[in-house]
Amino acid sequence: MIEIRQVARSFGRRRALDGVTATFGQGKIIGLAGENGSGKSTLLKIMAGVMGADSGEVLLKGQPVTRRSAGRQIAYMADADLYYPYFTTDELLRFQQSQYPDFSMEKALEAAEFLNIDRKTRLKNLSKGNRGRAKIVATLGREANVYLLDEPFSGLDPMVRESIVKGLIRFTDPERQTVIMSTHELHDVAPLLDEIAVLKNGRIAAHDAVEDIRVAQPGGLSAYMRTLYEKGREPVGKPN
Amino acid sequence: MSFDFLPDKPIYQQLIDRITGDLIRGALQPGEKLPSVREYAVEAGVNANTMQRVYKELEGMGITETKRGQGTFVTENAERLGQLREEKKSQLIDDFIRNIEALGFTEEEIAESMTRRRQR
Repeated sequence: MIEIRQVARSFGRRRALDGVTATFGQGKIIGLAGENGSGKSTLLKIMAGVMGADSGEVLLKGQPVTRRSAGRQIAYMADADLYYPYFTTDELLRFQQSQYPDFSMEKALEAAEFLNIDRKTRLKNLSKGNRGRAKIVATLGREANVYLLDEPFSGLDPMVRESIVKGLIRFTDPERQTVIMSTHELHDVAPLLDEIAVLKNGRIAAHDAVEDIRVAQPGGLSAYMRTLYEKGREPVGKPN
Repeated sequence: MSFDFLPDKPIYQQLIDRITGDLIRGALQPGEKLPSVREYAVEAGVNANTMQRVYKELEGMGITETKRGQGTFVTENAERLGQLREEKKSQLIDDFIRNIEALGFTEEEIAESMTRRRQR
């Protein structure tokens, strides 16, 4: 279980996060939604321990997340292409193995096969879609408690998005692993999600179970997002 | 391909409808083994927690049975499957009546048109 308590963070005079409080249960797949600049990436970075908060804290199973503790329990996948472009996927996986004790080469190779990745080609020579797949394989290769994925589907075509959705279902274990991902492609991803948390003006504007939204909100998730952004509203249900 | 879902009905419910629909159509046979929760979740492109719930509900409905160590199977209880067929039928009829009433048609009017249609 991951708990975020009153997390705030500013960049210069701009307040990116203004007291975010939320609890994400173990084994859930959670979508973090919100407009550009709503603080999704900042929140993920702070949860991953790669960025500090100005105030507030993030707890994983009751313990504060630090850069050190995060490296052992949290697998973070950044939005940007962080990896060396001249690495092949094989080299990328060996690099991950050298960095993370929880990395399983067996699982990574199985995921690479499942997603049809050419492991011998340099990342820079892969298509954007295949690079996206390689990134997710490098991340899922870790047996982490929590996966934090920043826009894993961004800019990828529907076929690639679908294969990544399937990879996520296939290679995470809802008994013990939590997945939190920021995403714009809510429509494609909705069947994958247990819960959705919406950031607005640096705060959590709503946090609901997706199946509850389908019952309570005529028009479903897209109508839910629209109402939320137009008026500001009361949540329709409570995540369990 | 992942499955398509309606936006404002719970996914677990849509999956139950789909599986029971397969049974009624005969695409799924009594005694047939279902994929594992994880396999089926991957195929449908849905969360494994959601699929777990689907399997639990189907078992609660008496549509499937879990054999320890072997997996989940469609029941061979013909009575239960017959009942499922009847339930589906009345559900379709209820929906239909609700739709025609919403537009102000009478049952007699519709029945008459149905007879004429069959005679063509």
